[in-house]
Amino acid sequence: MLALEKEGVEIAFGLPGGANLPIYDELYKSNIRHVLVRHEQSASHMADGFGRVSRRPGVCFATSGPGATNIVTGIATAQADSAPMIAITGQVPSKMIGRDAFQESDIIGITNPIVKYAFQPMSPNEIPEVVKKAFYIASTGRPGPVLIDIPKDVQQNEAEVRFPAEVKVRGYHPWVDPDITQIERATEMLLSAERPIILAGGGVIISSAFAELQSIAELLMIPVVTTFKGKGSFPENHPLSLGPIGMHGHAEANKMMTEADCVLACGSRFSDRSVGTFEEFERNLKIIHMDVDPAEIGKNQTTNVAVVGDVKTSLRIMVKMLIQKAIKRNGETAWAKKVKETKEYYRENLKIHPHPLAASKVLKKLREVLPAQSIVTTEVGQHQMWASLFFDVIHPGTFFSSTGLGTMGWGFPAAIGAKAAKPDVPVLDIAGEGSFNMTENSLAVSVLEDIPVIVFLLNNFTLGMVAQWQRTFYDRRMIGVDLKNCPDYVKIAEAYGAQGIRATNLDEIGKAVQTAIKSDIATVIDIPIDPQEDVSPFVAPGTSLKDMILPS
Amino acid sequence: MWSIISVLVENKPGVLFKITNLFRSRNYNIDSISVGVTENPEVSRMTITTEADEKQLNQIIKQLDKLIDTLEVKLLDEKKSVYRELVMMKLKVSKPTDIKEITDLANAFKCDVHDVRKTSIIIEITATPDRIDALTDLVKGYGILEMARTGICALARGHGDEG
Repeated sequence: MLALEKEGVEIAFGLPGGANLPIYDELYKSNIRHVLVRHEQSASHMADGFGRVSRRPGVCFATSGPGATNIVTGIATAQADSAPMIAITGQVPSKMIGRDAFQESDIIGITNPIVKYAFQPMSPNEIPEVVKKAFYIASTGRPGPVLIDIPKDVQQNEAEVRFPAEVKVRGYHPWVDPDITQIERATEMLLSAERPIILAGGGVIISSAFAELQSIAELLMIPVVTTFKGKGSFPENHPLSLGPIGMHGHAEANKMMTEADCVLACGSRFSDRSVGTFEEFERNLKIIHMDVDPAEIGKNQTTNVAVVGDVKTSLRIMVKMLIQKAIKRNGETAWAKKVKETKEYYRENLKIHPHPLAASKVLKKLREVLPAQSIVTTEVGQHQMWASLFFDVIHPGTFFSSTGLGTMGWGFPAAIGAKAAKPDVPVLDIAGEGSFNMTENSLAVSVLEDIPVIVFLLNNFTLGMVAQWQRTFYDRRMIGVDLKNCPDYVKIAEAYGAQGIRATNLDEIGKAVQTAIKSDIATVIDIPIDPQEDVSPFVAPGTSLKDMILPS
Repeated sequence: MWSIISVLVENKPGVLFKITNLFRSRNYNIDSISVGVTENPEVSRMTITTEADEKQLNQIIKQLDKLIDTLEVKLLDEKKSVYRELVMMKLKVSKPTDIKEITDLANAFKCDVHDVRKTSIIIEITATPDRIDALTDLVKGYGILEMARTGICALARGHGDEG
């Protein structure tokens, strides 16, 4: 516990059990605030949300066996989205390991492909070094989850321990200095392109390279598209912003991406959800790829120039080069004109769902009333893609979602973790009811621990995204999607001592959000929307961005 | 493309599992793998042979490198490295003349001969995969009762600049 305190840990999320009782007994004596969850999965998502917002590893505790397996989803989510996290599990006593003891599970083996690293200290004097290494690994380079699995006897036994001031992990080299020559080549390539575009990924948010990104875009008048994970790495109300590309990207972003001749991709792994088919994406496109993880270079797309290193550092060097060369463009190229026209065309001409509570209207209303510095998380499903399409992120780095693993139930506990990291700003989870169902018992945590967040529930009584695919690809054979308006979310909120508000028109929605922000208690705003509304535009799986289907 | 990858790893429990699990989870193929401790007891060397195209091979090397327990990952050039595999074969002896014939073949291939019996004989060869294949082809007529191979073990030729 002292080792955790030395790492600056002030809060941890978890649930005790037989095999981690000694840890909890130490927690009792420590200054670290413990947040008791109702299910370990939520503890891992809270730690994840805390980690993404504070950019320091969030900590969660679970006991052995089922406690440990319950956080597997949370670990996989953090790994897919490169979020720093420390998961500490209890394990059966070391002499019992391998004997199928009560509540024994091989959590090291189970989580192997989904952790950045895992430790299982076998004596108490290893613990200080293990904890220090765990924090070092989780938070440096490309961040990720680190598991520490501690047998109960190792937790209990006393030992003289030494706290190392620093640690070295010889097989781990998180920082590589970017190669200046490569950045020069990248700059030349970008300058000689006729139709350049910037693709900003999650790496821009993780390294907070917002100012550097904006400088390059503005100096060169290059339009910026993002991946979904990179949403909000560039202010979405900026004239050069085109928004996210991908399966449910903005029409103007997908359109311009397919017309570009050179892309500067920063901190992006070219996920299939973002680029569609890999072969089609790279056709006639020069790719400059900046990433901290060398294994991402060439994994999905063939790269023309690769810059390995911290994205912020690399972009900063590029900005300096541009300033030295005194390059500053105005926006009068044919390409800039085309970009502007395309953006205006799609913003004015895309059909909007006719329902009075169409997602676009609801989310635009939310943007109007929610302060720009608020942190927004999302669940997973249609509402998440609507948030991507219709909710503009103005302050960089205030939007978080389970984009890689697509974990339903992530948004609400992650919002609680985010609020714990930044108590002074409103935190709101754009939710769908199907997803919210999975971790709604965290309402107890939000209320009792006084970590108030807002659940903005786009309720269509359906597992909407699946329903949309059944309507589109399975000839409307609807199965396993109807949630039949159960439960009543206002009553659910009230049952937990939270505030429940049902808002049935845009005016009520605006007022409900304002009430929620002003009140000091968790609030669920239940908004009944049209179950028939699809997410559109849509790039069907296995097709390319060019094949985008527009709303009809 | 058949390739030999030489990996220095931390000599501790679970590392072999991490390496093989990486191949499994990313859908790469392991042709053979051999592991043993090096002159430094904290470090083991794994020699992995794999069948992969260039792009995939690149990824395998980068993903191996990314593992925290790997200390060095090298793709060995077949022409600039020494690589061998040890193979033991238990062959069927059907008639007394088989023993002489097999022993002669074994001598030609610089094999050791062990455990000569009335009905079986064990030969041991340490060679490159093509020589092993050639011998296997020649002896299979006698009937191969059992076979055990260690997988490729390899080192790059020369040292530093010499290489």
